[in-house]
Amino acid sequence: PTAVCLRNIITLSGSLTKLAYYSTVQHKVARVRSFDHSGKDIDNEPLYEISVQEEITARLHFIKFENTYIETCLDFIKDHLVNTETKVIKATGGGAYKFKDLIEKKLGLKVDKEDVMTCLIKGCNFVLRNIPHEVFAYQKDSDTEFRFQTNHPNIFPYLLVNIGSGVSIVKVESEDKFEWIGGSSIGGGTFWGLGALLTKTKKFDELLQLASKGQHTNVDMLVKDVYGGAYQTLGLSGNLIASSFGKSTTADKEFSKEDMAKSLLHMISNDIGQLACLHAKLHNLDKIYFGGFFIRGHPVTMRTITYSINFFSKGEVQALFLRHEGYLGAIGAFLKGAEQDNPNQYSWGENYAGSSGLMSTSPDVYPMQRTRSGTFDMLEMDRLERPLVNLPLLKDPSTYIPDTVDLTDDAMARKYWLTCFEEALDGVAKRAAASQPDSVDAQERAEKFRQKYWNKLQTLRQQPFAYGTLTVRSLLDTREHCLNEFNFPDPYSKVKQKENGIALKCFQSVIESLDSLGWEERQFALVKGLLAGNVFDWGAKAVSDQWLERLKGPPHKCALIFADNSGIDIILGVFPFVRELLSRGTEVILACNSGPALNDVTYSESLIVTERIAAMDPVIHSALRDEKLLLVQTGSSSPCLDLSRLDQGLAVLVRERQTDLVVIEGMGRAIHTNYYAVLRCESLKLAVIKNSWLADRLGGKIFSVIFKYEVPCK
Amino acid sequence: MVMALIQESFFLPPLDFSSSQTWKSCRCPACSCWITSFFPWFGLDIGGTLVKLVYFEPKDITAEEEEEEVENLKSIRKYLTSNVAYGSTGIRDVHLELKDLTLCGRKGNLHFIRFPTHDMPAFIQMGSEKHFSSLHTTLCATGGGAYKFEQDFLTMGDLELCKLDELDCLVKGVLYIDSVGFNGHSECYYFENPTDPERCQKLPFNLENPYPLLLVNIGSGVSILAAYSKDNYKRVTGTSLGGGTFFGLCCLLTGCSTFEEALEMASHGDSTKVDKLVRDIYGGDYERFGLPGWAVASSFGNMMSKEKRESVSKEDLARATLITITNNIGSIARMCALNENINRVVFVGNFLRINTISMRLLAYALDYWSKGQLKALFLEHEGYFGAVGALLGLLDSA
Repeated sequence: PTAVCLRNIITLSGSLTKLAYYSTVQHKVARVRSFDHSGKDIDNEPLYEISVQEEITARLHFIKFENTYIETCLDFIKDHLVNTETKVIKATGGGAYKFKDLIEKKLGLKVDKEDVMTCLIKGCNFVLRNIPHEVFAYQKDSDTEFRFQTNHPNIFPYLLVNIGSGVSIVKVESEDKFEWIGGSSIGGGTFWGLGALLTKTKKFDELLQLASKGQHTNVDMLVKDVYGGAYQTLGLSGNLIASSFGKSTTADKEFSKEDMAKSLLHMISNDIGQLACLHAKLHNLDKIYFGGFFIRGHPVTMRTITYSINFFSKGEVQALFLRHEGYLGAIGAFLKGAEQDNPNQYSWGENYAGSSGLMSTSPDVYPMQRTRSGTFDMLEMDRLERPLVNLPLLKDPSTYIPDTVDLTDDAMARKYWLTCFEEALDGVAKRAAASQPDSVDAQERAEKFRQKYWNKLQTLRQQPFAYGTLTVRSLLDTREHCLNEFNFPDPYSKVKQKENGIALKCFQSVIESLDSLGWEERQFALVKGLLAGNVFDWGAKAVSDQWLERLKGPPHKCALIFADNSGIDIILGVFPFVRELLSRGTEVILACNSGPALNDVTYSESLIVTERIAAMDPVIHSALRDEKLLLVQTGSSSPCLDLSRLDQGLAVLVRERQTDLVVIEGMGRAIHTNYYAVLRCESLKLAVIKNSWLADRLGGKIFSVIFKYEVPCK
Repeated sequence: MVMALIQESFFLPPLDFSSSQTWKSCRCPACSCWITSFFPWFGLDIGGTLVKLVYFEPKDITAEEEEEEVENLKSIRKYLTSNVAYGSTGIRDVHLELKDLTLCGRKGNLHFIRFPTHDMPAFIQMGSEKHFSSLHTTLCATGGGAYKFEQDFLTMGDLELCKLDELDCLVKGVLYIDSVGFNGHSECYYFENPTDPERCQKLPFNLENPYPLLLVNIGSGVSILAAYSKDNYKRVTGTSLGGGTFFGLCCLLTGCSTFEEALEMASHGDSTKVDKLVRDIYGGDYERFGLPGWAVASSFGNMMSKEKRESVSKEDLARATLITITNNIGSIARMCALNENINRVVFVGNFLRINTISMRLLAYALDYWSKGQLKALFLEHEGYFGAVGALLGLLDSA
């Protein structure tokens, strides 16, 4: 971003300050514009004009830092505070009292204190709704410590258990309706305060360290200490704690600090888990999110709380945690302050380039990283142009997982793909620099991009869970975000322009040769064309037969096609196929990316290309005129496809036109994602596997063809 | 010869044995040990911290019986009834003694004795020295220790224990003692106006129709039972934060060495110096959530600060520990009551012995947080119901 303009600033302070601000970020975007071709030599002119323009978008920033840096931070805010209309800033948390005077003096603004819980819940609703993979379950002793959850379309109702110095249990039923249903005074403050008394250890983190080394069985009275074994009639295991600190009932024995800290940790975690389960049972809720400083990124407490919830609910309730839990209060306070901007009305996307990941789980192994993220940590959310929603045709939105391979889960696959992306990085950086030959600092920016993405990849090698489930999609998206960060909005724009021009010139002859084929041969060639000619191994013949049989039947009402690349793919592959469908009487919705990603065709490019084809082809021309062919944007700027986050306009159209066929093409959309997606209507997933590892994983050979025609079970 | 003598002398007339079985023992349905119910009649509850022993002293012994009573038995009876303390740790709670009780047709007094579980080996040793096994009575025991010490009883004392289920004994004991009353007074009581320290007073409660009932037994740990009828009850949950936790933490924090000492300290302390209250955070009530300023927001929360750690007394710490544990038990009990849809909660267990602070706090907390919907009840014989149940088990099965 080249300029930052602060609109609203909120601080929230505990021992850490969290600052949330809203900025308008000016950055470069690639635009395409059709030339006026009348009276010009079309053959020697480029198809359209590419320009890079400045665009202003909204971005939410959340920064967390230690209170010692507050003055530096306030100076930064003051320097960037452009909009003088802001007279008040919202603050919440203990620090709101502590730093009120300082903030008011430095910034000349009035500090408005907001209710802590209201802010917390507002923030919680916001992240649950806008950040994919926000929620995770914690499993120690499993390959995947963090098990990220699919965002459920309906986030309510849920229980939020906030473990600060005490415990608050809040039932959240809707955006504005929540209720404090209980609490406990035995919380983080009890662990800290009592722990400090017992062990003479002053810091919370140190107490947790002690606890992770201790043996609670030296201090606690277990069931087997009372029974000599298990209490079989009640099915109570001998290792259960019968009485916390039950063995320390003597004045003449010394107990180790570690053992006492561990016992205390178990006592408090079990107690909180038990109360949470009792409340969940009473209110019939099965989702419990835990937050507060007791939990915040501490694997030790996430583990004990998870254990306790499993034990007391007999596995019926799952303890869930949030990636951005530490920001909830700040986010909520910010949203309260920014109500005139209606942030809840938009969809937001996490910017991977500008966000630091979840803390390392092994403080012993990566102390540097932990220190870094502990003292300075940030999250950036970009406001998306339009709200995103589920594709209405998804069979079960709550279980839909876009990604085919979970790289957090699969260490082999992770290694492979991270290496792939590392090896490809120099090439990507070179291409980015080459895409802006007129820019003096392109080389420098490309190098910065290379360094940033390289660092992200290294972080992900050590903390694959840093940004939610690691997938090929998230690796690709992160790369796009990093490219954008250094003002390479569309490195492929010129390549796409050239290829679109060439392909358009071939369009008519391709159509003529297709039309000259017999019906069956033509269907075969059309599918082949969709696969962009890279077909060496026609291994999917049988499936294709099934598709042919289907085409002999009644036409589809409406087909939704997710296009892949610019050039040959869209013009000579997708359009002839679209033309055939239209001729059959099927309406077509052609969906292209809203923003650039690799050489994928963008919505604006598709408009120009379609216009040019319509000028040549009467079928396309009349279909456009009669609104039988509709061009829409997906709302995405990713080379992959998440069917649960699509442009609202697209969803509306899909419903209106009673879409009964979905065509997804290309590696990114049909293989890396959606390979296993189940829809409520017929679907066609096509791609050529251009990666030998993946071909192997899916049981085929490199360059083999995926042609998946699926009919929903009745 | 001795055998015959015992059988003859201590055969219990009111027990309705058919003539052919008169002197025979029978199998205990629970653990299939042999049960014989000759005197002495004991019930034993061996908990994690304390052993509770109830002893029925027959007062209707005829001169003939007296004469024929074997020496061992006589000496046990004399030893138990003429002392109030046994060794350095055994204590008879004389104030709880139930007088002129009729049990299985015999009239007598019920004595309540307790000693620490760690003295169990000494107790078994004493039983062995007094040739307890020669009396051929069965020792009914409940509590975890019935399992843990079973082997010791057998090898050291030549005694086979009849192990009885803890929950069965507890429920049976509570219902029985409540039904016979406390020497003409009510066994069960509650606190009227628990939220008003000026007007708060202890009043008898009639537990004639006890069901449904939530029974919270606070020993070293806590067990919570829901009883719907005489035979229909279940363990709802439990917590490890119990009397053992209070005492254990007090030992670590204050260096005290007895439960009594810990309670004494607590009674002189001020927990608000240790705990962080709602008003310490919000300056007053937290109205958004309807939390009063006096409520504890964070137990030991003030102890996060070094200055405050240095300014509190041992008494304050003991008090805070007591308040923390008690409030937590109240809170879990209240949630269980709501989940089970029960509005009477009976608190028992030795944690409540000489512990008015906790009883009043439980009464208060239950009343306040349930807006008067829940009632906390207490029983005079606090921790002895398991042992009473074990004694009844002995007489029932025979």
